[in-house]
Order: sequence, then structure tokens, then C-alpha cells
Amino acid sequence: MNIRLNGTERSVADGASVSTLVSQLTGRSIGPDGRAADGGKLGVAVARNAEVVPRSQWHATALADGDDVELVTAVQGG
Amino acid sequence: MNETTLAGTPAVPVTGAVADPFVVDGVELSSRLIMGTGGAPSLDGLGAALVASGTELTTVAMRRYSPAETGSLFQLLEDQQIRVLPNTAGCFTAKDAVLTAELAREALETDWVKLEVIADEHTLLPDAVELVDATEQLVARGFKVFAYTNDDPVLALRLENLGATAVMPLGAPIGTGLGILNPHNIELIVSRASVPVVLDAGIGTASDAALAMELGCDAVLLATAVTRAQNPVLMGEAFKHAVIAGRLAKKAGRIPRREHALASSAMEGRAEFL
Repeated sequence: MNIRLNGTERSVADGASVSTLVSQLTGRSIGPDGRAADGGKLGVAVARNAEVVPRSQWHATALADGDDVELVTAVQGG
Repeated sequence: MNETTLAGTPAVPVTGAVADPFVVDGVELSSRLIMGTGGAPSLDGLGAALVASGTELTTVAMRRYSPAETGSLFQLLEDQQIRVLPNTAGCFTAKDAVLTAELAREALETDWVKLEVIADEHTLLPDAVELVDATEQLVARGFKVFAYTNDDPVLALRLENLGATAVMPLGAPIGTGLGILNPHNIELIVSRASVPVVLDAGIGTASDAALAMELGCDAVLLATAVTRAQNPVLMGEAFKHAVIAGRLAKKAGRIPRREHALASSAMEGRAEFL
């Protein structure tokens, strides 16, 4: 299936969870609580169809075809 | 040896500024300088400037994750143990600002947010109507709102009454370096506020920051003035001292302005030359 990730079309496995997507993109293993398995901070957040998905829900939230996903992090800014 | 002056009155101890923390939302910060991270050409340079400025709180923006450039800013702030104040820069509506704040809270695990809702890209001035709306919504959602606002005493008080944690009036439009265009309004905002007032935006050089503190502001927030200075590290250090100097001057109480000169040397006892 296809989703839009940060404004670009992306193909993901059917039924993939938000957690799987974040793990793929960050290259970090993510536990069921939505935290990095390595104990470090991830520093990212996810909005799905303009609603924030709390990290505690990443594991349980399955993506659907056509979802619009934004993955954001902190960058330099005044 | 710094304990007394010649006149026998207690001197300001050299640690005076540290003993006078900036308290916001129950958190004590020893520096009254909040430094933004925007505008720095390199992360290394930014890190050095942040350290030189002595800041303990810095703003960041929330943007789309890009694998190539991730981790480093976040890591830099972790390493330096600088607290993060995410902003909602680039938001033109309350709706966008609220969603951005929610993302920041989730990503950075802080409920502090520098609320920035701007009207247009030309002026970057706050949109008062959207700002009020967003403040109300964010306070209701449990955020600690640091509201970036116009230098409008009426609006500042309204934001405070809506539950803002701090009000942050601009000195001049973002990035202009024009200093404090309406010192009278800043003084008025300070005199009526019971939450911290942070002078935010428009600072050009150290004396602007000192003036903000002399006007009674609790802290100063700036980014461009340091990150785009010819020597950001030196400028960061300059601001560190400027904020301390302005704060001490405010507490010390300046002399009144006079129309005419007032000699400080006694006229009595002068030698007479015939």
C-alpha cells in the first residue's frame, strides 16, 4: 500500500504499524512503549492525517492506504 | 575582599547574578539569556556560541525528519544539558500552532512551548487574533505557553489572563536587529505583568539586551544577533555579560534624568589661582 510521508509517496507493507515505519526511517529498534530499545531519546513525533499519534500508540496503530503521515524532529530555529 | 566597598556598604557579590535565578514555571535557570538556535551556519559553531552565552534554555523548531541531518542538534543540546523550548515558528493559524505544539511535546517530552503565530512572511509579526485563540487552546491542553507577542500592553495582559506562563514581547521584528523600538510599551508590559516578561526578537547587539533588562524584563531571547554575528562566540559572551549588567543596573536603581548638569565634585576647597 502507499502512504504519503512528509509530502512524498512511499510504499509500505500492508498493515505496517506507525512503530515499524518510525523504526525503518530512524534505523532504531523501537519497543512496544514507543521508545528506542537502545535507551536513547528518539526526538521525533508522528502526525497521521493531521492528528498526533502518541508514541505509546505507535505499536498499536496500523497505517492504512492513502494515510498522510508527518514525521518531525527538532531542528535549528529561533 | 569583594565584600565591602570603601564606603562600607555591601558590594554586589561577584556571584550576584547566579544567586538571582530566572524562575519560570517553577524551574530555576541561572542565566537570564535564552538563546535560539536559528541562523547558525554550522552545528559546531552553534555549540560553541551556546556555551559562550551561558544559556540554559534554547529554542528549536519542529520540521520534517530527514535522515541525513538528524540527531546532531538534539544530541548537542543533550550533551550541553541545555533545556529545550520548542517553538511553533512558521505557523500562521492557531490550528497549525496547536498541532505543532502537540508534535513538539511528543518528540521532546516537554510541555513548554514558545507560541509563535505569525501574520505574514514579510513582517513576521504575531497575528493577535490567532495568538489569543492558540494560547487558550494550548493552556486548556496543559501546555506551558511562552507567548511571543507584539509590544502591546493590552494584548500582553490578555495573554497572561488566558494562562500564559510567560509573555514575550518583541523589541522589533524578527531578525531585524533594530533593538527595542518602543521601550515605553515594554516598561508598561513589565509594570502590569505578574508572569515573567521575556524580551524576544529584534535584538541587534549587547546594549539592546542590557536595555531590555534595565526596562525590567526578566530575561532576553535572541538568536540571530549571535548566530549571524561576525564572531558568534564572542557575541554570545557579550550577551551573557549584557544581560547580567542590565539586570544589576535595574536592581541597583538608576539616577533620575536631569535637565541640567549636576557636579559630582564639590566646589568647596578648590585651589584659587590668582
